[in-house]
Amino acid sequence: MPVLDFLKQEAICVQVDSGSSEELIRLLGGKLYALGYVKDGFIEATLAREASMPTGLPLGGEFNAALPHVDIEFVNQSALALATLTQPVVFMNMVDDQEKVPVQLVIMLALDQPKSQIAMLQEVSRILQKPAIVSQLVAAETPAEVISILSSLSDAA
Amino acid sequence: MAKTVIVSCGTAIATSTVVAKAIEDACKASGISVNVKQCKAAELPAILKDGADLIVTTSQMRFDPGIPVIKGLAFLTGVGIDQVMAQILDVLKK
Repeated sequence: MPVLDFLKQEAICVQVDSGSSEELIRLLGGKLYALGYVKDGFIEATLAREASMPTGLPLGGEFNAALPHVDIEFVNQSALALATLTQPVVFMNMVDDQEKVPVQLVIMLALDQPKSQIAMLQEVSRILQKPAIVSQLVAAETPAEVISILSSLSDAA
Repeated sequence: MAKTVIVSCGTAIATSTVVAKAIEDACKASGISVNVKQCKAAELPAILKDGADLIVTTSQMRFDPGIPVIKGLAFLTGVGIDQVMAQILDVLKK
């Protein structure tokens, strides 16, 4: 499945107990940086973008998500990082920067070309549209379990 | 004549890519000829100078563009997707 081509187990953090969206962006950005996918400045640029143009997404179910990302100039190679949270962390709504969205699933997107990786992005969107899958991901206790949930999704589709 | 839809988001790399593809596919299925452009929210004022019929955005609008604006989060989350698609087709059929 396209998402798993971009999401390495080392870039998955489950059951994170985090106090803020900034802490989470630093955590996931740090994973992508350590794996060589993103450049110096990626984390700061992603934080700046999140502050001016937030990425919180109300999903209409029990759990909401956020998709922090930034311009391609900070990315070496396209990749994803994923975190699930024990307690919701506030991100602001993508279309209303005054509205707080309590988020328990964070998928960080690092993209190295504009208008690309369409299959992967569509798949991320399809995951967000399945409340049962989002719930399973939030409940996952290991990164391997996250990979396994995402693999079973592609088998079903 | 084909209508022009501008799909804008924060960085024009991620969410607008998904939204633009969904609108192209839906219009094709409905037999509507459409020209979909993708841009960053910050580029909107410049892009609008070339003329457009509709803006679908996944970021906050900070000015009045003078043409219909529809929020496109539904393409990412699925929440209210049928209504949003109906609104879009409604504007494009005019």
